Amino acid sequence: MTVQHKPFAITLDVGSSHLNKTGSWRSMRPVYVDRLPPCNKTCPSGEDIQGWLSLAEEEDYEGAWRLLTRDNPFPAIMGRVCYHPCEGACNRGSLDLPVGINSVERFIGEQGLINNWQFEAAEDSGKKVMIIGAGPAGLSAAYHLRRFGHAVTIYEAAEKPGGMLRYGIPKYRLPREKLNAEIYRVENMGVEITLNHKIEDINTARKAGGFDAVLICVGAQKSNMLTFEGDADIPVLDALTVLRDTELEKPNQLIGRVVVYGGGNSAMDVARTAVRLGAQDVKVVSREDPDNMTAHKFEIIETMEEGSEVINLRTIKSVNGHEISLEIMKISEQHHSGQLRVVGTGEFETLEADVLVLAIGQNVDPVLFENSAAIELQEHTIKVDSIMQTTQDGIFAAGDAAPSQRSVTSALGHGKKSARAINAWLAGKVYQPAPQNEIASFDKMEPWYYSDAPRTVQPHLDAVRRKSGFAEVVGDLEPDHAKYEARRCMSCGNCFECDNCYGICPDNAIRKLGQGRGYEFKYDYCKGCGMCDTECPCGAINMIPEDI
Amino acid sequence: MSKEETSTLNPSSRQTVKFYQTGTFTVGNRLLDEEFRTVQATTERSNSLDSGHRACQGCGQALGARYALDAAMRATDNKIIAANATGCLEVFTTPYPETAWSIPWVHSLFGNVAAVASGIAAALKSKGDSTTRVIAQGGDGGTTDIGFGCLSGMFDRNDDVLYICYDNGGYMNTGVQRSSATPAAARTATTMPVGDNPGSSFNTGKYLPTIAMAHEIPYVATASVHDLHDLERKVEKAMTFRGARYIHINVPCPLGWGSQPAFTIKLSRMGVECGLVPLFEAENGQLTDSTKIRYRIPVEEYLKLQRRFAHVLKPHNTHQLDAIRAIAENNIKRFNLL
Repeated sequence: MTVQHKPFAITLDVGSSHLNKTGSWRSMRPVYVDRLPPCNKTCPSGEDIQGWLSLAEEEDYEGAWRLLTRDNPFPAIMGRVCYHPCEGACNRGSLDLPVGINSVERFIGEQGLINNWQFEAAEDSGKKVMIIGAGPAGLSAAYHLRRFGHAVTIYEAAEKPGGMLRYGIPKYRLPREKLNAEIYRVENMGVEITLNHKIEDINTARKAGGFDAVLICVGAQKSNMLTFEGDADIPVLDALTVLRDTELEKPNQLIGRVVVYGGGNSAMDVARTAVRLGAQDVKVVSREDPDNMTAHKFEIIETMEEGSEVINLRTIKSVNGHEISLEIMKISEQHHSGQLRVVGTGEFETLEADVLVLAIGQNVDPVLFENSAAIELQEHTIKVDSIMQTTQDGIFAAGDAAPSQRSVTSALGHGKKSARAINAWLAGKVYQPAPQNEIASFDKMEPWYYSDAPRTVQPHLDAVRRKSGFAEVVGDLEPDHAKYEARRCMSCGNCFECDNCYGICPDNAIRKLGQGRGYEFKYDYCKGCGMCDTECPCGAINMIPEDI
Repeated sequence: MSKEETSTLNPSSRQTVKFYQTGTFTVGNRLLDEEFRTVQATTERSNSLDSGHRACQGCGQALGARYALDAAMRATDNKIIAANATGCLEVFTTPYPETAWSIPWVHSLFGNVAAVASGIAAALKSKGDSTTRVIAQGGDGGTTDIGFGCLSGMFDRNDDVLYICYDNGGYMNTGVQRSSATPAAARTATTMPVGDNPGSSFNTGKYLPTIAMAHEIPYVATASVHDLHDLERKVEKAMTFRGARYIHINVPCPLGWGSQPAFTIKLSRMGVECGLVPLFEAENGQLTDSTKIRYRIPVEEYLKLQRRFAHVLKPHNTHQLDAIRAIAENNIKRFNLL
């Protein structure tokens, strides 16, 4: 260094502060993480909900549809009939109200139908799989197996495919043109569906068709029945038969004063169907109090809006002529100490009825397995292991027939899981589910940054118009509203490129890599203050101790 | 975005009819048009104050200075000269022979930065250069105490300088002594928490934004580092005026406030949301606009994250807490913050 050429009193060249690697101050290091959003974790079909909402936010509806259908082939169906546990888990619920995930799913499903987007099957693997039952689990499994390249044949005992979607869910919740269109799309991938074909002997059918593997998705078709004391002079029907007969347009038996016994969603379906078929007076009798009925709140509310009466804390003791005797129940004060929650009071009242419908649950029909001794049943369902294989090698079971939550959504999830397990089994491997990331809980987020945005309400058909027919009750979202609702997603646990970390670092120690590529830390300069972690709206940064 | 459009982005209309997930509350937002994103969201930002400076972890002033100068750089097409009073900002950026500044920058004495900036503005005028703009900047000590005379003179002459004060409420790099901008009740090395009225005395100190307004200069604004869109808009708006302008930026100081470095932005936000830090704008001495509180919080939420106020939350000091609540209440009324 030559001192003489510098101005007076200056002895050193000007240096940049870049020489000063302040990263050495750090004791905690920020890292970018991906956390599992609660919606994705809760979805029984394992959808990447946050992922497709993100694409919908950008109006990339085809991208959203493709990502959604990676896990669930039926967005237009599920956007109507899913009970959306995702919304119950949504972190936005801690801020205002959960994102209307279900309504956006329906919108995306609708886009798929309007634009006629189709699925692609993978290249032929040479393997053949037989599926018994074309309900939601069977169709879902068929779809996923075709995506693996396996040939699929479904045998269905009924005259149309769809299972409970068709014969259990009334039209006012699921219009049949939507159901048919989405089933057709799966058939269009090369899935063969043989209708009116009941499999009596699984092993013989497997051998005869040369199938490498079998998946049983027969559902829970056998209604639980009760016999009552007394001398009944009215028809006692079961919910499944009533709903199936309605679908098949058989002569209506729901005439006059209809009493439905049960507190679940099927009971509501029957009551609402009865109203639509012109029953004079519809009453639902539930053993439970309103807060503990198994039916979903909105189902109960819509049922009551349509004029049905819900009678809580009653059980049927006897039926004599047209007179139903109800015992008045109460919630036991000692129920925490092991007693039944609801107990009888010994007091009775009566109810006049012309028809009684029992909606008290269903189970797997054991008759189906009389010729298949190797397949064990357990507690009214088929016994399966962690990869959904029954006690017989190469035969798997999914949906309501296997132990499950008994919802359409969990059936779709079962279909996917069993397809993956069968795919692994066909390759001589054992299916291993991918490990899950840490959950993105609300306390890891900074909600201040999210704009205030009240939840969009889907249009509902007026109660008076609902009663006169089977028109769909809940309407579609307008495109603008769907985009808005998608944008209410907070992207919990996964970076959505808001630039907060990049902007607020006092040391300019974050590099922005450009849209879609995220950011990286410049650890040479990061002092480890942790502001990026505190101010990350969605909780996609974690501070970890440095090795010192 | 042109300056005119920027200045019409009224703070109360920031959340307009369209909905963009985080709207304009985060630094950037992939759903917003590029022209509505902040300077800090772009990879082209100047980084006027760059990595390697020696500010403490989580320094609010280092952040505020980069925010303000990068916005000014964009607004003037990179034609900025900055004069810097002695203080934290000068000490941590320019330990001889290093500099963290990537703009033309000169260090003045503690008390004369406004005069130095006036001189630079005069020199540019005599050279006929009307595009290069001058910024003077300093901490609250160099502004409200030591440099107050020179600053008042600069306002008086309406010299074409934007003066930015980064207010962290004390002389922090010399060991946290009280300045006339230290808030009431705050503990500093010279206002210890002892006696009946521990910490800095009530009914003392001065609030420079309203003093600047009293000079009836073209533009006065207050800003806070948690609300970047608001801060950048005010800096860019200031550059549309000629004459003396003043921006007072609230910058939390983990060292002097006794707060976690990770909470700098959070405290900046909470200060505004509880009403103790009003954000407003004034032109020619008249209040023109104020940034509304989004979710009002009690002042104790803000105070409890700072050790300098620990004594205020003790049961025998409720009179201090009540007095601080009254200050927040008064700000809310005076500047129309709700």
